[in-house]
Amino acid sequence: MKDTQLQSKIAIGILKGIAFSVVLILAFLIGYIFVTGLPNISWGFLTRPARAFQAGGGIGIQLFNSFYLLILAMLISIPIALGAAVYLNEYAKDNLFTSIIRTSIEILSSLPSVVVGLFGFLLFVIQFGYGFSILSGALTLTIFNLPLLTRNIEESLSSVSDDQRQGGLGLGLSKFETIVHIVIPAALPGIISGVILCSGRVFGEAAALIYTAGQSAPALNFADWNPFNIDSPLSPLRPAETLAVHIWKINSEGIMPDLSQVSSGSSAVLVLAILIFNLSARYIGKKIFEKMTSEI
Amino acid sequence: MESKIHKTGEQDRFIYNFNDDPSQVVMETIGMKVYYGDELAMHNDDIQFKKNNITSLIGPSGSGKSTYLRSLNRMNDDVARVTGKILYQGVDINQPGIDVYEVRRKIGMVFQRPNPFAKSIYDNITFALKRRGLTDKKKLDEIVETTLKQAAVWDQVKDSLHKSALYLSGGQAQRVCIARALAVKPEVLLLDEPASALDPVSTVQLEQTLRELKKDYTIIIVTHNMQQAARLSDYTVFFNMGEAIEYNETRKVFTRPKVQLTEDYVSGNFG
Amino acid sequence: MNKMQNEKLAKQLMKKSKTARYERFGKAISLLALLLIMVIVIGIIIFVASKGLSTFFKDHVKLSEFFGGTLWNPGTTTPDGKQSVGALPMIVGSFLVTLLAAVVATPFAIGTAVYMTEISPKRGAKILQPVTELLVGIPSVVYGFIGLSVVVPFVRHVFGGSGFGILSGTFVLFVMILPTIVSMTVDSLKSVPGYYRQASLALGATQWQTIFKVVLRAATPGILTAIVFGMARAFGEALAVQMVIGNAALMPHNLVSPASTLTSVLTAGMGNTVMGSLENDALWSLALVLLAMSLFFNLLVHFIGRKGAFKK
Repeated sequence: MKDTQLQSKIAIGILKGIAFSVVLILAFLIGYIFVTGLPNISWGFLTRPARAFQAGGGIGIQLFNSFYLLILAMLISIPIALGAAVYLNEYAKDNLFTSIIRTSIEILSSLPSVVVGLFGFLLFVIQFGYGFSILSGALTLTIFNLPLLTRNIEESLSSVSDDQRQGGLGLGLSKFETIVHIVIPAALPGIISGVILCSGRVFGEAAALIYTAGQSAPALNFADWNPFNIDSPLSPLRPAETLAVHIWKINSEGIMPDLSQVSSGSSAVLVLAILIFNLSARYIGKKIFEKMTSEI
Repeated sequence: MESKIHKTGEQDRFIYNFNDDPSQVVMETIGMKVYYGDELAMHNDDIQFKKNNITSLIGPSGSGKSTYLRSLNRMNDDVARVTGKILYQGVDINQPGIDVYEVRRKIGMVFQRPNPFAKSIYDNITFALKRRGLTDKKKLDEIVETTLKQAAVWDQVKDSLHKSALYLSGGQAQRVCIARALAVKPEVLLLDEPASALDPVSTVQLEQTLRELKKDYTIIIVTHNMQQAARLSDYTVFFNMGEAIEYNETRKVFTRPKVQLTEDYVSGNFG
Repeated sequence: MNKMQNEKLAKQLMKKSKTARYERFGKAISLLALLLIMVIVIGIIIFVASKGLSTFFKDHVKLSEFFGGTLWNPGTTTPDGKQSVGALPMIVGSFLVTLLAAVVATPFAIGTAVYMTEISPKRGAKILQPVTELLVGIPSVVYGFIGLSVVVPFVRHVFGGSGFGILSGTFVLFVMILPTIVSMTVDSLKSVPGYYRQASLALGATQWQTIFKVVLRAATPGILTAIVFGMARAFGEALAVQMVIGNAALMPHNLVSPASTLTSVLTAGMGNTVMGSLENDALWSLALVLLAMSLFFNLLVHFIGRKGAFKK
């Protein structure tokens, strides 16, 4: 009896040690990113264009590209994911067709992002002739984003009580009207959290972009907002290196003199942005839920 | 016991009808059968419902009373297959080509658990009307007031019409749901155990409201509470194992039932 | 009820309402969205397969040369006159980093998950839950950058050599797949019913015996699924690995010499080849291997899921 007690104590001690070491790893990672990165962040760093061969370059254009791509990808993927999730959760019957579709979504979600990127390269960059561009990048990110976003939205929809659907149908509303005007609004807090969480993932993605949005960030004319001009920030056909791709590229090339400062600064900005995404996903979801259920 | 019920069911049923004055009948089912998959869940339910009356559907759980009720406005479409005729004002609403949405507007429904939408009280009631193109603010206001008054909840909520309906108490929420159903101007109101989630006081108030409503509507209510059926309704159907066993005036069903099985059930000697 | 009224009502009820049309429209639109996703998946498989197979059909490279050859320099020939498209070094590299990362990560992940669910659920929810979520959220290029600036110098310092290689790749992937395995293991541990634990403790088993013999055993299928998911992620990870592995398409003869994986060669090479050339086709063949492995991992998860379902 004594032995087994001792054995139990030791084993549990080891488990505690393991858990502690995982916390240490994260603390080290976050600490490293911020300690080495934050000192390099300044307003100038965030707004200046990058310099390949001299020190003192910034990440202004890359940062803009990251957000622009994120917004475009979300604008395209949200309606598709919403439609797919609605069909899966509200209409799909339990049959072969549905299980084939579910399997394909699973396959897509587990596909390495580099494969998605190569597919985007083949289809958008080459076949469609969009070249290395915002458009190719946004469409590829959409493919990358769809499976997870669909699953998140579907989960939010399925958490809405069936009583709500019955209520709508009982009033002579069609199923689709009930979904659009009753179920989706009721699921909104969850849907918005899901969208924001997916945004974080899209924002940090690089492998899907190096051969679609490209690895160069030509100078932009921030006074020209006409999307049809090639040096306008909004032009969808210009190449657009994002922040994540930038970190990868300067490190693979290794020619930038202040490589480590720029990399750590960029990493800190990237992680900070994702941290904000994650926290705001929780906060905004909760706030909307409170607003919907409270006595205004 | 089971074989006895079955035998009784086949040999001994009593179903009242209004064949001497068909004009009183608002709804009627003829030869209706409900299947879940291949399994026959309901049969032998030729029942006529009388205008401006309250008819209770009672029976043990699993007897098919809810299934029957939900077939009446085709709410079972997605989960079951319903054959036979369902006549509403003489029109078979269970035939191909019928617009189920129009049917459900004529035959409204209130559910077991109060299910207000995550919207304001005002929007809960006007929502379906707005979806059908009614935008006249004055008219909508008027409908909100009338229906909430009909549902006897106007005084409690008139100052909070634009607050979320999710914050109402169970009894108030259920009344708002009734008002919501009335707003689309149905002729028949189906209620599926509407008081089962309510406290006794709210239940009594709800029954009072339904008694008022029968002046303008034909009401069919499923209840597991026999006292409620006895207090509230004019006619009562007793269901057992997917069949209507006895249909008669409520008074007669509870005091002088014609079928032994009914007597066993209403006197509590069942099962 | 007179006849005319009756007919009027019938007509009203038979007319397809706007609502019915709206319903058909809405259902069709959402089905379309779903089908689009399916078309994309099928498209990816067909595109990558047709490109990847042309190495064998168009350029007549033998399967044995591709999977067995150790010389990777597409476009040139080996001393014995064959095309040098031997993908074995990359395949071995990919499998090595994946397996090693999984081997290292599994005990850490299970230990952490057990701590979070069995030993200190409160602290688990308060500290470790957000910690793992945060780790999942860190982009892979950031892992790659830290690998490059911390892990590689560390390995160089301790083991000598350049520091680039399988070992550094393993370290980086270990941290990357840890949170995936932890959070899925936590889910499967949580799904073990509480009365299993109570029954075991009531029989006089220690907490450790209960965890080891009852809880972990009951959760085994779920834990295996978690590990497979972690491996799938490791196998498909591109940039972080590419940044620390050294990118030499050579058979790894030890853990600290520069090597390469399928993904690293793909990302480094795709931009430098011409579409349709053998160099390019051979890269697509690597992508096809990657795709096939991803499908295999999927299949494995399904298989474990079905096996696990029996046990319950």
